Amino acid sequence: MRVELKNIHKHFGAVHANNNVTLTVEGGSIHGLLGENGAGKSTLMKVLSGYIHADAGEISLDGGNVKRFKSPADALRHGVGMLHQDPLDFPPLTLLDNFILGCDANLLQPRTRAEKEFRELCQQFNFDLDTNAFVSDLTVGERQQLEIIRLLWLGARTLILDEPTTGISAPQKIKLFTTLRQLVAGGKSVIFVSHKLEDVEDLCHRVTVLRRGQVAGEATSPFVTEQLVQMMFGQQLNIGKRSNVELGAPVIEFDHLTLKDDRLTVPDVSLSVQAGEVIALAGLEGSGQQLFLQACAGLLPPSAGQLRVNGIDLTRKPYENFLRAGIAYMPADRMKEGLVPGLSIEEHIVLAKRGKKDALIDWGRACQTASEQIKEFNIKGIPPTRVEALSGGNQQRTLLALLPPDLKLLALEHPTRGLDIESTLYIWGKLLERRKQGAVIIFASADLDEVLQYSDRILVFFGGHVIETVKSSATNVEQLGYLIGGKKQL
Amino acid sequence: MTDTRNLFVRITTALAPLLVALIIAVLLLVATGAPPLDTFVKLFTGSFGTPSKQADTFVVWVSLAIVSAGLLITFIAGQWNIGVEGQIMMGSIFATWAARGVWEQQGIVGIPVIILWAMVGGAFWALLVAVLKIYGKVNEIFGGLGFNFIATAFNIYLIFGPWKQKTGGTLSGTEIFPEALWMPTLPELRVSPIAIIIALLVLVVIYFSLRGTLWGLQLKAIGKNIRAAFVLGVPTNPLLLSAYAVCGACAGLVGAFLVIIVHHRLIPSISSGYGFLGILIVLLSSVNALWLAPLALFFAAVSIGSTALQLELNIDSSLGGVLQGVLVLVVLLMQGIKEKVISK
Amino acid sequence: MEFFIAILASILSDSAPIIFASLGETLNERGGVINLSVEGTMLLSAMAGFAVAFTTDSLVLGFLAAMIVGAIVASLVAFGSITLKRDQVAVGFILTLVAGDLSSFLGVPFVRVPGPQIESLPIPFLRDIPFIGPVFFERDIITYLSFTLIIGMWLWFYKTQPGLQLRGIGERPEASFARGGNVKLMRYVYILLGGALIGFAGAAFSLHVKLGWSHRATAGFGWIALAIVIFGGWDPLKVAFGAYLFGALRASATTLQSSGLEVPVQVFPLLPFPLMILTLVIFNSRGLDRVLNYLPLGARRALTRLLRSNPPAALGTHFEQE
Repeated sequence: MRVELKNIHKHFGAVHANNNVTLTVEGGSIHGLLGENGAGKSTLMKVLSGYIHADAGEISLDGGNVKRFKSPADALRHGVGMLHQDPLDFPPLTLLDNFILGCDANLLQPRTRAEKEFRELCQQFNFDLDTNAFVSDLTVGERQQLEIIRLLWLGARTLILDEPTTGISAPQKIKLFTTLRQLVAGGKSVIFVSHKLEDVEDLCHRVTVLRRGQVAGEATSPFVTEQLVQMMFGQQLNIGKRSNVELGAPVIEFDHLTLKDDRLTVPDVSLSVQAGEVIALAGLEGSGQQLFLQACAGLLPPSAGQLRVNGIDLTRKPYENFLRAGIAYMPADRMKEGLVPGLSIEEHIVLAKRGKKDALIDWGRACQTASEQIKEFNIKGIPPTRVEALSGGNQQRTLLALLPPDLKLLALEHPTRGLDIESTLYIWGKLLERRKQGAVIIFASADLDEVLQYSDRILVFFGGHVIETVKSSATNVEQLGYLIGGKKQL
Repeated sequence: MTDTRNLFVRITTALAPLLVALIIAVLLLVATGAPPLDTFVKLFTGSFGTPSKQADTFVVWVSLAIVSAGLLITFIAGQWNIGVEGQIMMGSIFATWAARGVWEQQGIVGIPVIILWAMVGGAFWALLVAVLKIYGKVNEIFGGLGFNFIATAFNIYLIFGPWKQKTGGTLSGTEIFPEALWMPTLPELRVSPIAIIIALLVLVVIYFSLRGTLWGLQLKAIGKNIRAAFVLGVPTNPLLLSAYAVCGACAGLVGAFLVIIVHHRLIPSISSGYGFLGILIVLLSSVNALWLAPLALFFAAVSIGSTALQLELNIDSSLGGVLQGVLVLVVLLMQGIKEKVISK
Repeated sequence: MEFFIAILASILSDSAPIIFASLGETLNERGGVINLSVEGTMLLSAMAGFAVAFTTDSLVLGFLAAMIVGAIVASLVAFGSITLKRDQVAVGFILTLVAGDLSSFLGVPFVRVPGPQIESLPIPFLRDIPFIGPVFFERDIITYLSFTLIIGMWLWFYKTQPGLQLRGIGERPEASFARGGNVKLMRYVYILLGGALIGFAGAAFSLHVKLGWSHRATAGFGWIALAIVIFGGWDPLKVAFGAYLFGALRASATTLQSSGLEVPVQVFPLLPFPLMILTLVIFNSRGLDRVLNYLPLGARRALTRLLRSNPPAALGTHFEQE
């Protein structure tokens, strides 16, 4: 199926997310859509898949013009299906329920027919899915597989995949790529949206690069990496070398720590981290990194073992002990767990202040402190600005501004998720400054490049276990990709 | 020029709901064959016509002002304290309990004891809901409703059981308190100036604590995002408990006033729906402490006025409740309509 | 034995209104909307149903009027929360107060007036089955309708395509929308249906169980219906079980009273609510988890699914359909 997007414009308030974008995908090909976070890729695909309406422009399928799709279901009826980064499925329902929900049927559920066709499709692509399992028990890779066969079952001839390789293991990625090549051999077309150069180079026949809402260029396979980078960023990237820092005394020690929550157990982790070290936690989503970070921060009491900070036993002690010991936590979902929507920057500064707090608030002083922090961290806002009005990058900077001056340990979840390259570099710059002052940084990230770039040591999590601890200088992206999928060797 | 235009818009948007509520009330009155104009006149004279009526209105105002001030605290903390009715009732029960203990005492000793013990009772009842919510994960709406039911049942049990009058259990309540334990009022009137002063004090204290204290800011953070507040270091559990305790204490205070100013005994349905009215007032105030006093006065006037309607025009007093509820509903819906129109 | 049958029969009949109310609210909440106006709706629809039935001397019109009243109140909840995006709890709470007061205000002429009532309607042949016959099939049309509703709703939820869609909307409206579901429309439809059922429940009181109208006649039952929905884990069969359990508790209260114990009468009908809460606390607590851990995996999974009540994930939230 041949897909053409012509002169698409889309605004979100003042942001011109898609600026005169024209794109052609030939039938039977895999077309990559490359660009860094915030370049406009997701927006464009949401327009194509009927999820949102463009402000201007046209969509053409196999030569026939469609002004706009009324809804995602309408798009699917025309043959365009989208697999979202977080698949839009129903976790509490079974796979079969998910499969048939939304299909064309009259009153009764077409269970028997659906089950048969489900199995046929699974066989065709060599997927191993159990119709009676609950979606909440599946990995992201398996949820993707379910969604792919569902879209195909409902007649998709063009599949859009939005950042599909984040959060799946290397073997799952290989399977996905095989599936996509199989689809395309049968005449379908695939649009592969990603910011990962390697995957795009490996898989796609043709690539369109977006930058700041506009088409920056196109290229055909075989690709020249420098050319793609140039189109993506507009310049050669200079990420800069990490300076070496002298490591100090152990700041945090984990002694046969066992962590538990309703779904996962992380057994027997032992680790000692010295001042100035940066530890990365790599692994698939839900492999235990979040539990580990929360334990570091004091938000999750360990069910066994000991946790010592600066020699003091803080196992199962209340959260405030951790705060007093100079530990801070920056969650992945900033607006859900890190900032309070409805409160202003200066109100956050008052709330986050550690140590002795006055019962009465001196608003004058709070405003002044807030202004100072805004200047220091280059936050685009003023003290009374409500945090929900800030952009993602500025929200992250605000969280940085709330960190205590005598920070000993910072536990970060996905520090730069969804941020553009400028904010990413700025934030890591600030984090590395703290490291120079002797702080320990422990962070979890799905971005293996980020993991390698900034860490001294990497803990690889799989199924709740730390299966490997490696020095970042001793490994590479490929090996890490296998490790997070549970394989120790190629 | 735009300033006056803004002012005009703000006044009309404030008055429009009142107008809509009035129209609905008129329709209802016409439907039941009652004279609309007479009704509204009676509503007004019934609450402000004579010094005696004014006093009665202020008596209700005291209760509504205090309970809504307390509810403001729990609302800011993001809690729906529907259990407030039960908390008022427990305040009355504890007040009666204390009264029975100081039956022979002078008012100067007895009344403060009664008031304080009532506040303890209200706070205790509220804390039960809070504990169930924090440690039992039971939604405070259902916890509150359940404890309302229990308080009601307990109240009836006391009135017909251990605290029944010497002549036998009756719906009119327990034994009447000795006059020494009646809150002193203005001569010939039912209003107590001390109670009014206390109510004003409560309003002022709550207003300032919400604006200028760390406690108030922390409650606000909890109300908007309890998880983020916790991660930032706010001690969420102690603060939630304190919010419920404060609201419960205010409710208990109202319970005490109901028993020593208004009824002078414990009766069934002692809480008189004031808790729920308090919730309506807080909703109407857009969670702004400055509006509580005037709104409470308006609601008090409607409540007293509607009893006059019953007595003099034979119109059921629940019309007052309808007016109050419709007003809040219209205000709420119009806010939504305004936002929808603006976003277009 | 006779006594036992009589008790069971009366529980089934007396519980019919609660069945309608709680199943109606289950529909609402499965769609993702908490309808806190149940208490007020039941009062108003009980009054309206009786008033219309009395004035027109037609039971059918009475029930119809009650259902319309229920749907109108529910539509206000829907309008306020879906279209205007106000807090569902706030809108429902205010409506409960307004509807309740309206029922008192408009119901004055009908207080303690004798009116029409539902007649008994035994089913031939089925009534002769030993034990089951006298219990289930010597009832009346309302009770039979309540049985049908329970089974019908179960079938709808788990065996039909639209029912599956309903479950989807309550869990993840974005995914429903992506699959062609008109989330707004469906929420409206289910709220109106649920409201109509709650209205029916009100009439079932004033025209069948607690005949006639008096000031705040059905007080408390609306709140209890809300509790039963939670107790029953938003599942039609479990909710029905909760409703019958509540009916049984009330029945035992009346028998205890007549057995001459010293406790005052008015206390008993109020007790079931706190009992529901107690069970909620126990069933959702960690203590239960620890007990369940001692069981073999199969039994544990089955029991967990039976006992745990997880609300529809999107309950109470707004949905932006761009």
